[in-house]
Amino acid sequence: MANSLFEEKLNSNEFLVTTEIGPPKGADVSEMVHHIDLLKDNVDAINITDHQSSVMRFPSLGGCLLVKERGGEPILQVTCRDRNRLALQADLLLAYSRDICNVLCLTGDSIDVGDHKEAKPVFDADSVQLLRMIRTMESGKDMSGEDLKGALKFCIGASVHPEADFIEPQLIKFEKKVAAGAQFFQTQGIFDLASLRRFMQYASQFDVRILAGIIVLASARMARYMNDNVPGIIVSEAIIDELAGVEKGKGLEKGIEIAARLIKTIKEENLCHGVHIMAVGNERIVPEILEQAKLPSMPTKAQ
Amino acid sequence: MIVTTQKPLDEILDFVSPYKNILIVGCDGCTQPPRGIREAGTLSQLLDLGGKLRNKEFEFKVNTLVKQCDSHLTAVALKDMIDDDVEAVLTLACGLGPQTIAILYPELPVFPAQNTVFIGSEEREAGTLEERCAACGDCVLGLTGGICPVSRCAKSLLNGPCGGSQNGKCEIDPNKDCAWALIIERLEKLGRLQDLEAIQPPKDHQAVARPGKIVP
Repeated sequence: MANSLFEEKLNSNEFLVTTEIGPPKGADVSEMVHHIDLLKDNVDAINITDHQSSVMRFPSLGGCLLVKERGGEPILQVTCRDRNRLALQADLLLAYSRDICNVLCLTGDSIDVGDHKEAKPVFDADSVQLLRMIRTMESGKDMSGEDLKGALKFCIGASVHPEADFIEPQLIKFEKKVAAGAQFFQTQGIFDLASLRRFMQYASQFDVRILAGIIVLASARMARYMNDNVPGIIVSEAIIDELAGVEKGKGLEKGIEIAARLIKTIKEENLCHGVHIMAVGNERIVPEILEQAKLPSMPTKAQ
Repeated sequence: MIVTTQKPLDEILDFVSPYKNILIVGCDGCTQPPRGIREAGTLSQLLDLGGKLRNKEFEFKVNTLVKQCDSHLTAVALKDMIDDDVEAVLTLACGLGPQTIAILYPELPVFPAQNTVFIGSEEREAGTLEERCAACGDCVLGLTGGICPVSRCAKSLLNGPCGGSQNGKCEIDPNKDCAWALIIERLEKLGRLQDLEAIQPPKDHQAVARPGKIVP
């Protein structure tokens, strides 16, 4: 079984860039396909989100199939909110059968933050259990110990929250994720590099790759909204002031500049193994961020 | 104790409006806030008023039972309360009360005045009733410092907090404590943080196969 292209790059120690695309609410995937085409040669892999913020959308697995069709490298985001262990395993079988081997294992936001608040939250497994579930499946057995037909091999990752103000519980969970088999981590949005430095001093003892999450802010209003409404996001006052200081309509430009500056510093200081850019609805600006950060398109992928 | 909240008066009126002679029974069991004889009386007055607005006259009998989940005690006590005139029963017990009475009196309509919301305990200082047990059938309190993550974590997580835990509060409501922040704080004080090292496997939901039934 060959490693996925992304797994090979993880093992190569090169500075990695991933980004993510949120599928549409509806079956019209033309804009998503446009974004995939725009991004696939500029990054090492594209995450497709799984009902991000608990808002029902086109599925992550469907998005990953499109990435494959267009010649890109997908990372399947899988949350435990909507599927019990049968559905999770079944989706993983389908993914592997279509050569979708990179999986980001997440617990998932609460049902309460989304647009189907009355739905039953499943959470039959959590992120740690999902990671272990995949390793179990790779051993040839499903979760009930039954034999699986055909071998499986995934490259699995998870998320971590280095900016949490109460860090100890997050680190306990991080270590569990490592123990359960996580190979890479895409962090929650980082706005304060000091906390990333602190986190990396600790995390470097583990044989895992850390990609720092970079959220592209489009305005001071968006930053404040995220602080108030998006679990786990802490945008500093300094960054909010910087966004508030620009003239009307120039917010996204400033947001791109801030993101590029963070990425450039992370790479120059070799703070971690790469970045994961979350453009939250502005997927088209990712190439510009990379250009400003002086990270050219992936030469190996362009060929 | 079982924590209940009273249903909207209109909903109760809709239930009882087809009937005139109605027995209203409280429960002196574990229900909180109390739903005994006093609350049954208050409810009868409210229904009288509400009935008048609907041009509806009721004849209420008001009483209470020791604990409506005990079918024997309930059967004995109801014999003296239900005569041929009683057309329907309205109970202030948790969800168990209407079911006990329905089995005892197959011919009599029985309605709940309460919504049963959770198993909880009383926080006297805060004056609140708070959920503390999910009746999951597989108690983890021995590993979590006596603080229940199944009922007190919004996600019932077993392996530590989610990324939404902020300042010790829950991502869905900053007025609610993060159970895992409490657990870790307590285990740290007890010097037992190592209790959290083992990866907890997914919960065995078969521990209580629904509907739950055991022979004690």
